[in-house]
Amino acid sequence: MKKLLLSLTVICGILNSYSQDYFPKNDGVNTTNSNYTVFKNATIHTTPDTEIKNGTLVIQKGKIVQVGNTITPPANSVIIDLKGKHIYASFIDLFTNFGIEKPKQKRGSPFRGNPQYEASREGYYWNDHIRPETNALTSFKYDAKKATEYVKEGFGVLNTHMPDGIVRGTGLLVALNNEGTEGDRLLSDRSSQFLSFSKSNKSKQIYPTSLMGAMALLRQMYYDADWYAGGNATNKDLSLEALNRNKNLPQIFEAGSRINGFRADKVGDQFNTQYILVGGGDEYARIDKVKATNAKYIIPLDFPEAYDVSDPFMANLVSLGDMRHWNQAPTNPSVLSKNGITFSLTTHKLKKIADLKDRIIKAIDYGLDKKTAIAALTTVPAQILGKSNLLGSIKKGSYANFLITEGELFSKDNIIYENWVQGRKNIVNDMNVIDINGNYSLTVAGKIYDMSISGKPTKPKAEIKLGETKLGAKINYKNDWVTITFTDTDTTKTQYTRIVSSITDSPDLWSGKAILPNGAQTSFSVKKKLDESSEKKNKKSTDTKENPEVLPIAYPNIAYGNSQLPKSESLLFKNATVWTNETDGILTETDVLVKNGKITAIGKNLNDSNAKIIDASGKHLTSGIVDEHSHIAAAAINEAGHNSSAEVTIEDVVSPDDIDIYRNLAGGVTSIQILHGSANPIGGRSAIIKLKWGESANNLIYPNSPKFIKFALGENVKQSNWQSFSRFPQSRMGVEQLYVDYFSRAKEYHKRKTSGKPYRKDTEMETLAEIINGQRYISCHSYVQSEINMLMKVAEKFNFKINTFTHILEGYKLADKMVAHGVGGSTFSDWWAYKYEVNDAIPYNAAIMHKQGVVTAINSDDGEMSRRLNQEAAKSVKYGGVSEEDALKFVTLNPAKLLHIDDRVGSIKIGKDADLVLWTDHPLSIYAKAEKTIIEGTIYFDLEKDKAMRKSIAAERNKLSTMMLKAKNSGLKTQPAKKKEKQQFECETLETIN
Amino acid sequence: MKKIVFIIALCVISFGKITAQQTPAKAQSEAITITGATAHIGNGEVIENSIILFEKGKITAIGANGSVPAKGTVIDASGKHVYPGFIAPNSTLGLVEIGAVRATDDDSEIGNYNPHIRSIIAYNAESKIVESMRPNGVLMAQITPRGGRISGTSSIVQLDAWNWEDATIKVNDGIHINWPSSFTRGRWWLGEDPGYKSNEKYAEQITELVDFIHQSKASIKSNTAENLPHLAMKGVFDGAKTLFVHVNTEKEILDVLRFSKENNIKKIVLVGAYEAYKVANQLKQNNIPVLATRTHSTPQQEDEDYDLPYKNAKLLMDAGVLVALQNSGQMERANARNLPFQAGTVAAHGLDKEKALQLITGNSAKILGIDSSTGTLEVGKDATLFISIGDALDMRTNQLEKAFIQGRDISLESHQTKLWKRYSGKYNSK
Repeated sequence: MKKLLLSLTVICGILNSYSQDYFPKNDGVNTTNSNYTVFKNATIHTTPDTEIKNGTLVIQKGKIVQVGNTITPPANSVIIDLKGKHIYASFIDLFTNFGIEKPKQKRGSPFRGNPQYEASREGYYWNDHIRPETNALTSFKYDAKKATEYVKEGFGVLNTHMPDGIVRGTGLLVALNNEGTEGDRLLSDRSSQFLSFSKSNKSKQIYPTSLMGAMALLRQMYYDADWYAGGNATNKDLSLEALNRNKNLPQIFEAGSRINGFRADKVGDQFNTQYILVGGGDEYARIDKVKATNAKYIIPLDFPEAYDVSDPFMANLVSLGDMRHWNQAPTNPSVLSKNGITFSLTTHKLKKIADLKDRIIKAIDYGLDKKTAIAALTTVPAQILGKSNLLGSIKKGSYANFLITEGELFSKDNIIYENWVQGRKNIVNDMNVIDINGNYSLTVAGKIYDMSISGKPTKPKAEIKLGETKLGAKINYKNDWVTITFTDTDTTKTQYTRIVSSITDSPDLWSGKAILPNGAQTSFSVKKKLDESSEKKNKKSTDTKENPEVLPIAYPNIAYGNSQLPKSESLLFKNATVWTNETDGILTETDVLVKNGKITAIGKNLNDSNAKIIDASGKHLTSGIVDEHSHIAAAAINEAGHNSSAEVTIEDVVSPDDIDIYRNLAGGVTSIQILHGSANPIGGRSAIIKLKWGESANNLIYPNSPKFIKFALGENVKQSNWQSFSRFPQSRMGVEQLYVDYFSRAKEYHKRKTSGKPYRKDTEMETLAEIINGQRYISCHSYVQSEINMLMKVAEKFNFKINTFTHILEGYKLADKMVAHGVGGSTFSDWWAYKYEVNDAIPYNAAIMHKQGVVTAINSDDGEMSRRLNQEAAKSVKYGGVSEEDALKFVTLNPAKLLHIDDRVGSIKIGKDADLVLWTDHPLSIYAKAEKTIIEGTIYFDLEKDKAMRKSIAAERNKLSTMMLKAKNSGLKTQPAKKKEKQQFECETLETIN
Repeated sequence: MKKIVFIIALCVISFGKITAQQTPAKAQSEAITITGATAHIGNGEVIENSIILFEKGKITAIGANGSVPAKGTVIDASGKHVYPGFIAPNSTLGLVEIGAVRATDDDSEIGNYNPHIRSIIAYNAESKIVESMRPNGVLMAQITPRGGRISGTSSIVQLDAWNWEDATIKVNDGIHINWPSSFTRGRWWLGEDPGYKSNEKYAEQITELVDFIHQSKASIKSNTAENLPHLAMKGVFDGAKTLFVHVNTEKEILDVLRFSKENNIKKIVLVGAYEAYKVANQLKQNNIPVLATRTHSTPQQEDEDYDLPYKNAKLLMDAGVLVALQNSGQMERANARNLPFQAGTVAAHGLDKEKALQLITGNSAKILGIDSSTGTLEVGKDATLFISIGDALDMRTNQLEKAFIQGRDISLESHQTKLWKRYSGKYNSK
């Protein structure tokens, strides 16, 4: 308390700009300072776009009272002459955790031991990671040291928050006024609300384990908040109350990457909330989609350092995509700007606040307009916060937060002299210091030395030579006094000459006292040499500055991406062996015509003058392979935090830039169902996509996609194979009851919903009700016959049908029951023995099911095997004697039927989508390669083109490596070569979000 | 345990009538002649319309049909194909029955330097997985322990035996080193970046390994039985055992070459060696063979050719390196029966079919040091061979009619064929 009083005194005594009338005062008389500070003759950049030459700025009590060029200063003014200098508004950073410590994460795999399923808190939302009630102020401790770092870089105001949790509560807006009180500095204690996809470190509550779980949780939270706001809840929920209270604040979402930005935006749009997105710096690669979010962005400037590729073994680890990102990332701000996207810049992710200037200059070198850069640190953040009247520009009524600079902001040689915050001066570089840099001749004791002084004007370095001999020299320059100590030419002796002088307004000539090595005192004189070379040098360096070379982006922006999105063509295949999958069977020497993405004609001697002719003699044409069970192209697979996760959908986490898409195309795959994993009895909803390499996630997903959900049975859902014993069910017996429970509840839910009574919208129940009502299909991971039988019985009890059993390794044991129920089977060709429940898995399974009349498919569940599904189908010929024609249907028409997309794909039939594969050989043969893979008439894979791409990838890698070596040799920092982890997902993969 | 006993009992009762799946075949009692088949020798050669004669377990004649008189039982295999039995090197067959059931896992031991650990005694000749190899033509395997810096000692078996002793083709054939990785992966659960980065301890780990080699040499000279791991290394220095070095990247491979020379290792084989194709010339010059990374795998780097794993063995073979296929990795045991199709995949991606066959026959035998008795269809070698209706490297035509191990007419039935017949019967009787 004493300390506080003391600091109050200091402010009143020195600054005297805050009259706090109602504060009692016991340590002296009340003093009020109503004087003005007037800055004259400056170029005042009132906004990034407007300036006043020879302007005058008048401030009083921490605020701007006048700005213009015809101002007569009031009598009680302190006048500062800023001739030749510039004034800009101080910067604002919207995304920091200044003064707030992020809680430490509890380490260890969340799946080990007995995970925590319940919330740790009472009276709050059921999920610990939803913390809208957090008020960052309660954890805030003004950090004067850090503030100084920000001030030096030009910041006046920071928006700060508690970086913890999915909903993180409100942040605060604080002025970097080191001498002020919290009462002075705190501009808003509820400036904005913060969100992210990362869980809170304060709780080990396991849900959500996945990105899609986080998205589902946000949606449910908004529904619940509505319900709560309607007064329908019987319990007190402080989180939802806070959420409703925070509704009208700016909502800042830390997305962290372009694609997560799209995901956040999708959630926000659903609830009429436009998030302000903290980007990832990779927005440039899909700028049209970024623009389509309509979001304002907060953009970090952590351009990657060049990878150190000097060790070729290590260099190998760095992918072309990462190399390109190094090359292209500095264009991000400029690309955003050129596309009319409103963004502010942040120091977030910078290693040092002091890196800001260099990064912005780099962005400017890569095409960013200086004014846009300034706006992104001043007017834009002010406007995002709704505080344009107080912050971000130099105008009457605003806080007196401004910079005094030597020249234009973000020009290379510019110096920030002072950063005034709330009317308080912070000296960054002494603007009154006399620059003594230059070359001099120093005369002392009859000797004439050459002396050159260089470096920062406030902290110069000296070099002294006698003839060609360089002497040791130290210079100290402070408060207009300079002292220099230098050694003798005779290096065997330790002897120094010292000189001291005061610097006056004419620093070209100085003189003063010298103390010689023998202690004798004498005088010296220093005279500046006429020097033109330094100016020349400056000129030269600007003249020779090259425009940085930026390589073009690709779709997707990694190896094998196309420089332009491929287009649909009219194609005419001549003389192919055509596997129609229809009653026509296999047609030899047949032509197939493709137009407008559809199959338009099948027959002999077809002609079309507009179509590209593809000679298919000796080759086989089939419809594209359909994989009923895939986990590629997804950022998450399992939401393992609950035993039911019907609320999540893989559609939220489709990853269109996954190299496995291209590799699957090379194996003839055109459509896949990305299934949720098997971590829980009721999994998540599927994404059914086409492998349109280069397109956005939304464009991959089938339009009017049939609705699917993954269920799972057996060892995985009862968590047999990892150490986890606390979640129901732990046995197959429990699995049945879980289903009965959920379906009963869903039925009740639906009843209430349709009754007209108010109901709490529950995504999970909505999904389950869809199943009961026949609007959503189940694909159920299954192994042993007992549980398969059970699930059919449960479904029958609730009057619906299971659509597909996937894996279904014991399907052969109850194929008759499956036929009776009307369920299909999508199985592996020959996997078994990896766990107890696949002990009786046999490669004859598909053949037996098929023979009994089950619609049978063969699937992958594996990013490698999916590239050879035609071969896996061929195994059904080997094991159980299925006809070749039927075997091919196991990976084309039958999975299309199971997915309810057989009206569009799965066979070569007039009117269907032209999703085709041209094979070099019999498609069931090990020797067959996909030569062309076509989706809707667009060639997405072509063996010849692939060959050309390999060459261009090698060439581009080489080019970028050379550029990185050049960067390294020019002294720029590098980072060690490394490879980003790409996880290969399968059913059992338990990924996690932090 | 009770449950398992019960299931086994049930199986015995139900299938009493089906003939002896698990029962190993009796020794060859009379001569067998196969005529008319296309004989794929396993060394790159083919004899169309051949005659193959074997007696007392050994091939006694092979040539053009009619070149020698038929003897004993004559099998007309006109239009069909005969192959030497396929060999699965670096396999854990018979060491693990069900991966997820710990009680059935015997493929690795604790400790880091385990050359004395011998796989052969844990080899379960009656494994259900082992018998499922045979219908696809995989008739021999190198049983290899896993884990640690030195995993242990492998042995080579044939896949139709009463017990491990009967199964043995070559006991203690080699010692397996897992070479330090020059890269490490971040541990995400400790909050590390999950990507790959340089392994800071790489050199240190190699030094430790070299120290172990030096210590072993010293212990062997004193010839006292004080240190089992050291003494177990003896064969590596006198040439009785092959040193199998499981290694991945180019740099590591070059380090292995240096290690091998400096430590005077007599016989060395690289296992996996994903980037071996980049240093194929050095491997050729130093006569170092490779058991290639699983053909059916995805490229390890995003930028690599989609078919790099498919053609990897071809690249090595083209460069003159002695190379064979192995199948370690996920679900390696059950999938070992797909070894022929992995060879077929290499053929699909550019290798001559007969050369592709060498990858799982003649070359494998050479690399494992069992080529004097097996690996090719040549006089004097074991009659370990099979008849397939069609091309055995293509699943479309790989249909075995008969298979022989050391002349014994082995069963092509398995747990899986039994279930197939049993449940086909269920529906047929309805």
